[in-house]
Formats: sequence, C-alpha cells, structure tokens
Amino acid sequence: MNTYEIIVVGGGPAGLAAAIEAHKSGAKNILILERDRELGGILQQCIHNGFGLHIFKEELTGPEYAERFIREMDALGIEYRLDTMVLEVRNDRTVDIISSKHGFETLQAKAIVLAMGCRERTRGAINIPGTRPAGVYSAGAAQRFVNMEGLMVGKRVVVLGSGDIGLIMARRMTLEGAKVLAVAEILPYSGGLTRNIVQCLYDYDIPLYLSHTITSIEGRDRVEGVTIAQVDTKRQPIPGTEIHYDCDTLLLSVGLIPENELSKTAGIQLDPVTGGPVVNECMETSVPGIFACGNVVQVHDLVDWVTEESRKAGRNAARLVLGQITEGEPDLRTRANHGVRYVVPHTIRIENIEKEIDLMMRVTDPFKNKYLVVKHGEDVVKKVRKAHLTPGEMESMKIPVEKLRGLTGELTVCLEEVAHEA
Amino acid sequence: MKRDLICIVCPMGCRCSIEEDTSAPKGYKVTGITCKRGEDYAIKEVTEPTRMLTSTVRIEGARLPRLPVRTSGAIPKERIGECMALINQLQVRHPVAMGQVLLKNLFDTNVNLIASRSL
Amino acid sequence: MFDITIIGGGVIGCLIGRELSRYRVKTLLIEKDSDIANGTTKANSAIVHAGFDAKPGTLKGKFNVEGNALYDRVCGELSVPFKRNGSMVLAFSESELPELYNLEKRGRQNGVPGLELISGDEARRREPHLAKEVVEALYAPTGGIVSPWDLAIAAAENAIDNGMEMSLDTEVTGIERIPDGYRLITTGTAIESRIVINCAGLHSDRIHNMVATPAFKIIPRRGEYFVFDRSEGNHVSHTIFQCPTPNGKGVLISPSVHGNLLVGPNAEAVQDAEHTETTAAGLASVREAASKSSPDVAYSAVITSFAGLRATPDTGDFIIGEVKEAPGFIDVAGIESPGLTAAPAIAIHVTELVRERLGNPAANPEFTPTRRPMVHFSHLPAEAKSAWIQKDPRFGRIVCRCESITEGEIVDAIHRNAGARTVDGVKRRLRPGMGRCQGGFCGPRVVEILARELNIPMTEVRKDRPASVLLTGVTKSASEAVIA
Repeated sequence: MNTYEIIVVGGGPAGLAAAIEAHKSGAKNILILERDRELGGILQQCIHNGFGLHIFKEELTGPEYAERFIREMDALGIEYRLDTMVLEVRNDRTVDIISSKHGFETLQAKAIVLAMGCRERTRGAINIPGTRPAGVYSAGAAQRFVNMEGLMVGKRVVVLGSGDIGLIMARRMTLEGAKVLAVAEILPYSGGLTRNIVQCLYDYDIPLYLSHTITSIEGRDRVEGVTIAQVDTKRQPIPGTEIHYDCDTLLLSVGLIPENELSKTAGIQLDPVTGGPVVNECMETSVPGIFACGNVVQVHDLVDWVTEESRKAGRNAARLVLGQITEGEPDLRTRANHGVRYVVPHTIRIENIEKEIDLMMRVTDPFKNKYLVVKHGEDVVKKVRKAHLTPGEMESMKIPVEKLRGLTGELTVCLEEVAHEA
Repeated sequence: MKRDLICIVCPMGCRCSIEEDTSAPKGYKVTGITCKRGEDYAIKEVTEPTRMLTSTVRIEGARLPRLPVRTSGAIPKERIGECMALINQLQVRHPVAMGQVLLKNLFDTNVNLIASRSL
Repeated sequence: MFDITIIGGGVIGCLIGRELSRYRVKTLLIEKDSDIANGTTKANSAIVHAGFDAKPGTLKGKFNVEGNALYDRVCGELSVPFKRNGSMVLAFSESELPELYNLEKRGRQNGVPGLELISGDEARRREPHLAKEVVEALYAPTGGIVSPWDLAIAAAENAIDNGMEMSLDTEVTGIERIPDGYRLITTGTAIESRIVINCAGLHSDRIHNMVATPAFKIIPRRGEYFVFDRSEGNHVSHTIFQCPTPNGKGVLISPSVHGNLLVGPNAEAVQDAEHTETTAAGLASVREAASKSSPDVAYSAVITSFAGLRATPDTGDFIIGEVKEAPGFIDVAGIESPGLTAAPAIAIHVTELVRERLGNPAANPEFTPTRRPMVHFSHLPAEAKSAWIQKDPRFGRIVCRCESITEGEIVDAIHRNAGARTVDGVKRRLRPGMGRCQGGFCGPRVVEILARELNIPMTEVRKDRPASVLLTGVTKSASEAVIA
C-alpha cells in the first residue's frame, strides 16, 4: 500500500492552500487527490473579479486566484493526481481511490485533509410545482456551460434565489446577449453581497423581487414561462400577487451545502446546522488525524476565508504528523446562542492554540447595531460592536490564547443589545 | 438632478441620494450616507462610474473552447457594451499565459484586456 | 412488409416485442417519443401487486396474479431489479375492516398466495413507522417492487438482440387498410404490416379509432409523487397501502428498488395526455394522505417530485383482443393499475393471439432470453474494478458523484440496443442526475458524452423530446472572429 504523510482530498482552493501550508510547516510527503480534469475546483468557472482582496490585496478573478496557488504548489513540488475519485475514506486514515490511469487503489496516510467543497442546493427546485422541462439549471451548472464550454443555456432568463452565483450569472448572461427578466428571492433580504446586487442587477436594470418565489414552471419540453408571487411571513405565496414571465430558462441559486458524503464513510460527526464536520481548534474532525477545511466545513462567502481556514488545517495536519499536537479531551466547547446560528470550531484544546483562536460564525437574521459577544458563563471574553450583521456575511472574532487559559466548559457566542445612547 | 444609489463600500449598503450642489465642497450633496468613503463612492458613481469587465474569448487549439479574460483595471461604465463587442470578435491561439495582454490600451484608458488564466 | 407492428414503446409494447421475438416473425416497434418507457411506464408507483384488488373474473384479476408469478423469471432473465418486499394494506378504524376483509376474500378468490390478516400491533412490529391508528392490516408476501422503465428498456433491448426492429420519434398519424394488413402513416416513413398491436397507452383510443368505430375512451388520470433521498429509503420495508376507494388504491409509501422512498399518488382526471405537471395542491394532498399511514416521513429529504398519467379506460377493465371490425388489429388498451404487474402475462397472451393469426410461426432458433450483462461498477469488488478499468479506462472516470456512475457505463448505455439518445434516457438507464445533486455536477458531462458518442454538436443534445433543447447556442457566435 502506498503511504503518504498527508493526503488532501480535493484540489480546489481549500485543498491547495492546505497542502501548501502543510508543506511549509514541515510535512514533505503530501498527495492531493482531485476528481476533475484540472486543479482549482469551482474557481475555474468563476471568471468574475472580486477574489483575493484579503489574501493578495488585489482584485483577481477565480482562475487567477487558483493559478497563483497552483504555481506555488508546483514550485514546492507537491504531488497531485487529477481525474482521481476518492470512493471511501476510513477512520484508520486509508482511502480508496479510482482513476483511469491507475485503476483501483488503497492509500494510507498519517493525516488526511478533507477539502471536497460544497454543492448547490436543489431543494428550492423540487417544491416548485409544474412540469420538468429542459431549461431549468442550477446557477453553477449554467456557469460552467457558459464560461468554460462557451455554450449558452438560454435567451430569456428568470433567476430564483439571490445568492452570489445567481447574481453573477444574471450579469454574465446579460453580457452574452440574453435577457434576464427578474431575480426572485423568497427571503425579505438577499443572501448576496450588496456590491453584486448593484453591479450585477441594477447596472443592467434587472429587477430584484424580495419576498417572492416561483409558483409555477410552464412548458412541456423547454421552459416556456414561469410565474412568481409574493410570499407572506410563512413563505406561502399570496394570491393575486403573481407576475408571469415568458422565458426559456430558470436559473436556481438557492444555496450551497457542504459535500460530506465521504466524511460520512469515515464516520465523522457532522454539525446539522453547518452541514459540515464538527471540528476542533486545529480543524481536526471527530476522527483523529482527519482534518477538514473550506466549504466542506461551512459555506464561506469569500474564497479568502477558505484559504485562511485551510492554511490552518494544513499547518495542523503537518504538526500532527510531526508530533506537535497535544491530543486529548477538549477544554472548551463553543455554542451559538441568541441571534447566532453556528460557531466554528466546535471544540477547543487550549494548549494547541498557537497565538489566538479565530471563531467563525453566522447570524440568524439581519441585525443592526448589536454587540457580538463571546462569553464564558456570565463572563465576557470578548465583545465587539457591529453596526450591521446579515446571515450572508460570515463574522469572525479573534481571541488571544491568554484570554482562554484555565477556562473549561462552554464558550457561548451571542448577540446583545447596545444600550440606548442619548 | 437627484439620483438614488446603494453604497457598496461596506456591508451596510447605505441607501443614499446625491445631487449637484455648487455650494458643497466637492460640488455634490450626498444624503443618507454614514461615512466619508461612501460619499466619495457616491460622487464617483455619478461623475465617472467605472467597472472592471470580465468575460471569455474564443481560443483555438486549447483543451477548452473559451479563455477567461478581464480588463487590467476599471473602464468607464458606458464603454462596457463596446468593450464586449471587441471581446466577442476576438479569437486567440493556444498557448496563452495568465496576464498576457490580448488587447492594448482599450479606448485610450491605459487599460488592457488580459488573459485571466493560462491555457 | 412487417408481420407485426407494435405501436407504443411502454412496458406493455416492449414486453410483447420480446415475447414475439421468440418466433420467426418480422416485428417493428414504433414509439412517438425519443426514447422508450417515456410515458406512463416512467412515472408510476413501480409496484408489482399481489392481486387482491381486482374483481374476480376480470382481465385485471386474471393477469395480475399470472403476471405477478412471472416476475421472478422475467426480471431474472433480463437482469432487472425486482424485489418481493411484501405489501400491507392498512385499516385505520373499525369502519374500514369490512373493506379490508373484502380484499382478503377477493385475494383468495383471485388465487393470491400467503395472504395474512395481522393486528395493528403486529403491523407496527413489522413496520415501526406506521401510525398508531392502524387497527389491522392485510399482509401479502408476494407484493413486490420493480423498476418499470428498466424492465421496458431491458425487454426492448433483448427483443432487438433477438431480431426485433425499433423506430423512435415515429408517431402514427393515420392508418389505412391494405389488402393483407395495414399501412401506418407516421411522422417518419409509412409502415406496412400484417398485424398491428395497439399499445399506445394514453393514446390508444385515438389509435383504435383510426381503424374502427369508437369502442372505449381513455381518461388520463394524473398521480403525483414525492421521491426521497436514500437516507429515507428504509423508512418502510414493505409497500404500505391504505384501503382502496372508488378513485384507486390510494396513497402508498414504498421503498424503491433503487433504495429511495416513494410516496404517492393522488388521482385526478385531467384534460389530455400532456398534463404531466405537478401542482402545489396535489402534492400537498399526497403528503396529507400519506401522513395517515406514517406520520413521521421526513419531507426535508425529498429530492424530487413527479407526476404520471394512468391510462384509465371508461370500460373499467383492460381492453385486450382483436378488434372485430378490423381483423389483425389488436387492442392492448386501458392498461392502468395493475398493468405493470400484469404486463408479462399480457405479453404472453397477446403473443398467443398473434401466433394463431399468423398460423403458428416457427420458434426463433437464435432466441436468447438474457441480454449482455450491465456493468454496475460501484457494486464490483476492488479487483474487478481494476480489471474493468484496465480493459476500458473510461470505467475509471466517475461522472455522477451522487450515484457513482462511470463514463464507461454511460457510453455502454448509449451504445446498447435500445440505447439512450437523450439526457433523460441516460438518466433513466443509469440514474446520473437522480441523486442528491439532481444533475448539477454531472449534467454538463453527460451532455458532452452524448454529443461525442452520437457524433452531434453539444447544442443538439436534448433532454427528452425533440423540442427539449438544452443549450440554445454558443457564446460569441454573433461576431466574426478577429485573430489576435
């Protein structure tokens, strides 16, 4: 059986950053496994700009962001395999893989980093009554066709969901000559970045209907039209508010879900809220020696944060291999409370924190002017005032290790009122 | 003329109005904005709005039929249509390196069209 | 001149075609759509009924029990997934017991083996997710589940292996009598045939009326269903029915042979055979009705919903036989439930009618009852996987991540007899796009493979029928190229 120090599952931004950081941290025998025909993952089809502002302090497109990491990985001589599918990951840190080139193999690693990313939610689609014609695409599938294959998926388009991919595709389709008629969002606010709403929709006079959903799809063979309607607070369509569009295409941008089929094969504990593995301060999952990072853990809104999180996972995987991690029960568990939907990481062993711990979280609803508070019992560990909070934007709080020393039990993260100022 | 804008400088997404006001230091009165950066954004949006443009061009002999491209900097917003027309008729040949200039000095703006990946 | 032309490539037409291929006859199967199994066959409950529903003495009663008994052999020969998971009919109150006992009695009259009346507690012991209101249940061990489209496709493939011909995208627009048979006017070329078998499903009344005075009418009855992720596949192990009403067998909850959970259908008469859309009200009624049987089905795990149309005849029973005023024209019409179960028996019966008409043609000496085995790559042991990949590297490339389908399997599904020519066709044969992601990842790759294997541009690959265009053009096509 071939053995490696570290096997990284997935060659997208998370896997690349983890592998590079692991190498820099002293692990030398690293293998990246990628199922696609090239590295870079979904970044290769995200040809729009807006990547890298935090990591590179400049504005790059997805392929550029990917290529910078691929070059660095090549320069370090890290081994990778393309067109290689991981079939199973086991808790003894063996993985089964297949590829056209090498057939079926089982590999052994000292540490594994899971970096499989996420997939698009289709649940929004299935509850739409009507026919099942051609012309209904997830925004990501359409993006691949248009940007990589040079193929148009339609001419008159309605988008359901105001996630960033949907907004970006509305602009892309418009620039390629399609007419984008409307974007309908079932929530009263958009999950996409304001910048995308302005530059992808309003620049092109595409209306955004908040609190609206698709109530029917028409067309037996190809989409011929859709009807949207306003929804009430229970997300039920309000009769009489219907707007009908003649269109040939419906794009769905209704959210992303961490892709954890392989994590399940290894018996890794998942967080039902994030859909990703429960992780500790090292980004290690409930199975010792198996780490996870990027969108497989929690869906990020910026690739820059994926890179940061993955560097952490890669560095800690190397530390584990080099015997620099103290194993044992966690000192602290984190818990989301009042207005906070989830917190990552889930557990903390204080001894393994190098300088500070970065807690990442999302809020449940949009809020204005609140304190984001980390508490140990009734004691405030850290408190930050936030003028604006929205579920679409991930929040993070860095806590120096000194503030945690000696603590045990639970760390809660919640929102608190800002006392009214005169 | 008064215009309504949504500020994109930070996640606050301030809804603001802007109108010409010769008495104001910068010649514009901006209401509804909460910071200086937002005010600058609003004035730029009405005086000389610019955008970075990303798209694809045809490529021959490569593994994929399209090469992603972008402008090396922001171009005037009103030039986007013309710029797309130039992009749409462009065809390049494999191999292309990331950052390679495909069209120089678009509309005399000193901005180039560059390849945004190697292919 | 064909000896026999079968109109309609549903499970009935395909099984008749296969049965006929046992003899030295020249048979053609025509189908108006771009794939077989594309009508009622692709969208039904996928149940092999035990046979206690139909009134004794009806064709439904006769062919149901006979058909059920044939399933092990037919599915074994054709390697089609089939499982006798047993079925239960639930009674929720004392007032439903007479109907339950009536079913049991009818079942015995029809010759259904192994029927058993069990208490509510016993039913819950066997199926822990059943509602506490269940007072008694009828258990039928011979009830089963099957993949109806796999059965139809396998039968057509095997029939073609044995010499049958098939023509897709061929819709009959008129039928003329000629001295020794019929001339079918179609959207393709005209077809002459001594015998015509009308298996046109929802359209069988229209086809019948092309050669004879109207004798029956088909009323399409829509049924809507939910399909659940495999995570819910073990919610029940038996097929769970409620006591039937005049409208049908009611809403059932059943595992599928592919490991998903199926809940449905409702029953609603619709205008025409095109009305396969689901409705918010219909799906809500299915959910409500099913909650009576099992209140804790996790609807968050629904991966898709669909609607199918039953070809309900106004006569109340299957219509099978030669039309008196049109010698050589055989109706096999009104095959609503338990039509899928009855299909293998109907096929044998119709073949007998045809043989009689044709003066007992000789057996086909080349007939083989099995087809070339399908490779289910993900089920193979490790060494076998490597061996397959060495033989054909395309088996080393997984296209559908949710269902672990390889490029090798997709290519095979395209090039087999009665092979896939559309994205839905690939999906129906192999299930890419039927998993959690519903084709998000594999869709573009399947289009690419279809284009390559059928030697057509990607823009000509269709989802299903000719008008179901997937890609509307190429980018940058409006401008002349300028070489940089």
